[in-house]
Amino acid sequence: MSYSLLAADGSGFTSPGPGDFEYPPLFGAGTFFTKPMLIIVLASLAVALFFYLAARRAVVVPGKLQFLGESVYGFVRNGIALDTMGRQGLKYAPYLTTLFAFIVTLNLSGIIPLLQFPATSRMAIPAFLAVISWVIFNSIGIKRHGFVGYFKAMMFPPGIPKLVYLILAPIEFASTIIIRPVTLAFRLTFNMFAGHLVLLLFILGGEYLVFHKGGIVGIGAGSVSLLGSIVLTFFEGFVQILQAYVFVLLTALYIGGALADEH
Amino acid sequence: MNGTVNGNLNMIGYGLAAIGPGVGIGLIFAAYINGVARQPEARNVLQTIAILGFALAEALAIIGIGLAFALK
Repeated sequence: MSYSLLAADGSGFTSPGPGDFEYPPLFGAGTFFTKPMLIIVLASLAVALFFYLAARRAVVVPGKLQFLGESVYGFVRNGIALDTMGRQGLKYAPYLTTLFAFIVTLNLSGIIPLLQFPATSRMAIPAFLAVISWVIFNSIGIKRHGFVGYFKAMMFPPGIPKLVYLILAPIEFASTIIIRPVTLAFRLTFNMFAGHLVLLLFILGGEYLVFHKGGIVGIGAGSVSLLGSIVLTFFEGFVQILQAYVFVLLTALYIGGALADEH
Repeated sequence: MNGTVNGNLNMIGYGLAAIGPGVGIGLIFAAYINGVARQPEARNVLQTIAILGFALAEALAIIGIGLAFALK
């Protein structure tokens, strides 16, 4: 008797895995343009068009679209830039807003019908965004404190016994230079990866149980699974927006940390 | 009965690894709820801090699932 769930009892359900994140080229073999790339292009166009239309012909009493655009900008400006960096953070609000809108759009493509793939679950995209944020916060720090001063402020915070620096300095260096960008990229990638995997499991598993397994047990469990997938889709939407917020919040905090003077 | 269980042991490791961040995130939001209940006007300040702590604790679980799929 086999205790394995569905995969091994010979009835043909293969549970979704990392292979479901590999897309073949859209226009036949030999071309390089895949579905995630299409989503990136669409998301870039959508974000650009949205902010262009929202900011065009700005009036004192905003219309619906202008209000929406201003809400997004105001949320990032007041809720993230001002809260974490104070008034000196206003300079970086446009970058943070663009980043937020872009990541939200890419994430939400995971639950938009027909697209239904979060492009940020491919490592390259969050990694590239994390590298951009890394370059920005480090260059801001170097510009503010000078090259030596920046690393001194990072690795040797004042008011600590001299001996502790032996441990603290390497940890602080590794944390700022290596761990920050890596976790920034990992967090976004694998949140989207895991979320998409769970949705795939619920929907494909439910479909298999209802239409292929059949019987009272199959249809009952499959229906529960399919209904659960609806709830999970909304939960996924929440996580996708939250993760975009977290990415931008951490970028803002890193920039704020690079800007901060020694206490 | 000689049962066979198929699957990847990595996933059990990931399940164990998720306990720590799970407890940590629970503690963070418990503290956040406590703080807001005692001082509702501090909500905005606490929210940023709570989500920051949540993101940092969650990073451990995320690294876990990343490695669970990456390591063969």
